[in-house]
Amino acid sequence: MFKGVDFWPHRRQFDLLRLRRPLVILTAFLLFVVMSSLFSKGLNFGIDFKGGSLLEVQSKSGPVDIADLRGKLSSLGLGDVQIQGLDRPEDALIRVEQQAASADLSVEQAQQAAADKVRAALGDNIEIRRVEVVGPGVSGELKQAGMIAVCLASIGILLYVWFRFEWQFGVAAIIATVHDISLTLGAFSLLNLDFGLNEVAALLTLAGYSINDTVVIFDRIRENLRRYKKMPLAQLVNLSVNETLSRTIITSLSTFLAVFAIYVFGGEVIHNFAFAMLFGIVAGTWSTIVIAAPFLVWVGVKRDWSGTDTAVAGRGAAAAAKA
Amino acid sequence: MHFSRWKISVIAAVCLAGVLTALPNFLSKETLAWVPDFLPKKQLNLGLDLRGGAHLLLQMDTKELKKDWLDNLRGEVRKILRDAKIRYTGLGQTADAVRVKLVDPAQTNEALSQLRKLAQPVGGGMIAGADNDIAVSESGDGFITVAPTEAGIHQRSTNAAAAAIEVVRRRIDAIGTTEPDIVRQGTDRILVQVPGFDDTKKLKDLIGQTARLSFHDVHQQMSAEEARQTRVPPGYVIYPDQDDPNHEYLVQETPVVYGEDLTDAQPGFDSRTNEPIITFRFNQRAARIFGEYSSRHVGRPFAIVLDNGVINGKRDVKVLSAPVIREPILGGTGQISGSFTVDQANNLAIQLRSGALPATLSVIEERTVGPSLGADSIEAGILAGIIGSIAVSGFIIFAYGLFGLFAILAVAINLCLIVGLMSTIGSTLTLPGIAGLVLTVGMAVDSNVLIYERIREEMRNGKQPISAIDSGFQRALGTIVDSNLTTMIAGLVMFWLGAGPVRGFAVTLCLGILATMFTAFTVTRLMVSLWIASQKTRKIPAPL
Repeated sequence: MFKGVDFWPHRRQFDLLRLRRPLVILTAFLLFVVMSSLFSKGLNFGIDFKGGSLLEVQSKSGPVDIADLRGKLSSLGLGDVQIQGLDRPEDALIRVEQQAASADLSVEQAQQAAADKVRAALGDNIEIRRVEVVGPGVSGELKQAGMIAVCLASIGILLYVWFRFEWQFGVAAIIATVHDISLTLGAFSLLNLDFGLNEVAALLTLAGYSINDTVVIFDRIRENLRRYKKMPLAQLVNLSVNETLSRTIITSLSTFLAVFAIYVFGGEVIHNFAFAMLFGIVAGTWSTIVIAAPFLVWVGVKRDWSGTDTAVAGRGAAAAAKA
Repeated sequence: MHFSRWKISVIAAVCLAGVLTALPNFLSKETLAWVPDFLPKKQLNLGLDLRGGAHLLLQMDTKELKKDWLDNLRGEVRKILRDAKIRYTGLGQTADAVRVKLVDPAQTNEALSQLRKLAQPVGGGMIAGADNDIAVSESGDGFITVAPTEAGIHQRSTNAAAAAIEVVRRRIDAIGTTEPDIVRQGTDRILVQVPGFDDTKKLKDLIGQTARLSFHDVHQQMSAEEARQTRVPPGYVIYPDQDDPNHEYLVQETPVVYGEDLTDAQPGFDSRTNEPIITFRFNQRAARIFGEYSSRHVGRPFAIVLDNGVINGKRDVKVLSAPVIREPILGGTGQISGSFTVDQANNLAIQLRSGALPATLSVIEERTVGPSLGADSIEAGILAGIIGSIAVSGFIIFAYGLFGLFAILAVAINLCLIVGLMSTIGSTLTLPGIAGLVLTVGMAVDSNVLIYERIREEMRNGKQPISAIDSGFQRALGTIVDSNLTTMIAGLVMFWLGAGPVRGFAVTLCLGILATMFTAFTVTRLMVSLWIASQKTRKIPAPL
């Protein structure tokens, strides 16, 4: 029977905590780079959050002539019109900035009029495959809902981890999640990728994925805390990370493979979504090992985990007796 | 690792149900017709991004609604005061209220009590202690203010949105597309989704106009020009002609007959001029009123007025035509000519048939996907799914051998459960939803990885295979629950706050997590237990 290849060098112990300093410095450096981009350049919001129009077009014969399109559309007087070629030479994306309200047109009506003008200007050889027009009211609400979603998900995760473990674990998990989200946002800013509704969904998913990874290691730390009552915390955390490292790598690899397939073959609409996920898988794995676990060593955790509930009750009783 | 017989049957039944409910998705419509009725036949609902279609978010113009109400109130105030013989001078209206100044301040109390009869309790008097829809107050300096209340405005908007949904539905049904989805969002928004239809221009033309038709008496002595030069008589208004904006009519503000009284409107052609026209029929009451009116006004013109609500920031009210009454119109039918194009006549007939919108609807969000892009997206999604699955399967079988194959089987059943469940509850699969499925493949593998790595660890610590397997499953349980539930929190938040495609993603993610927890503890475990039972030797060989 084929038992599979256990390729992980289980005997080898990586002393992650001794490497802690360079790793944290590296993390801080990465965060600094992306955050400075995020603060100086900001996010390249897609039309979901910025308002405006987006058209995906396809040439009916031969590759699309982007220069010709640009010529046709720039003379319409619609402000900033961006035209971007896609993977297939016959496809292109057209973005028209949000239109201003005029004397007799509201912003929404001006947007509709602009989209109609573009449609009319494209000519017969171009098929319009997708049109999205988002007004300013809607984009503002979507942005707000997106931020609320990310915050609520973080709070929910914090409370759950706190409830299942201890507050230090909850805080460590949130710090790791915030790291992952900031790093991914920063990458979007640095690479000038469109950030829209789908990408918020990707952020939430990677928060979920990263926390999943973190919880697996926390689980092992808790188990080892019960088993090795006297082991120094640093050594214990290191042991736990190493014991779960093979699982971390195999799971990350398999998820990465699945998402990579979406990234390459899934099409234009979810391209950035998949990118956020890919980035998040790497960041999530990294943050668990380099941020969440060392954080526990730094703040310290409760050492007596034998029968969790009774231990708390015992402590309460002891405190009462003292008083 | 022992499974009782009934447990095995339950697990098998769940898996079978998953496969059976998922199966129709892999059959063509023709094959599906041959499937006997006792088997599930429901296919997944595809989102607009996959099947193509139009998505429009419409915003009702509540300001216009309020103005219409105030216009109406002013008329009623005038009538009440006149009937009660209370003399007034200034009767005007602001953005929020109708104001009137009484000639004799001694009549204030009398006027207040008369005008308060206009107020209706919100909720039709069904709720005790409910606020009134309008408030009548005296502002000291002899002015009386009649103002809609917050509750009244809210009630009006809610009712108007409900009415607008009906009108929009009838108009869209008239194009003959399949199953449009029209729902209200908030108090004053309507979401319209029309699958398989990407001509948004036509949709917007049809939906964007209120199309309130009415029939008015034209002033007999005075022309619009004269009225402009001197003064517009009270109760009269000036409307321009549809074809020639310079030509205007002075018509009575209160119509003889309203468009609501039309029972039918059909496009057609004039038999003499061959121009597109619209023929219409009144209901009995309106036919009688119009019959009487036309008998008394033979030889004089009347105006057919179309109010299209607020367009490009201006109220768009036009006289379609002002025919001269040649003979009394008693049959309750008639025709409107107004130099229409064929398309205009078709649209207007649909709009008149389906009734007027209570207020203008403007498009604040539009997302249209052409059918070819939808098909491409499905293709891309399936391709990504197949390649992703092959890559993950290859990797897992490489890492875990036979047990890896068990894991892949479990994931396949997992996918069937998700797809089957989604087909049964009728949730919608979107492109991000497909991404969610592929992601689930990756994450579902995780629960098996956790178990298998644990088994290997236990064996490295010197345990016998059978007890290593046993404790591997036991110990991984808590971890799997914890890690999946935290992901579930993110999924639930997305479902709660997300819209459209994001929500579709959240549904697949959450169902995927549930299915993953189920398969990890039952299906994989059952397969492993069957493998143990199948071993001939007493001593189980190391499985991993």
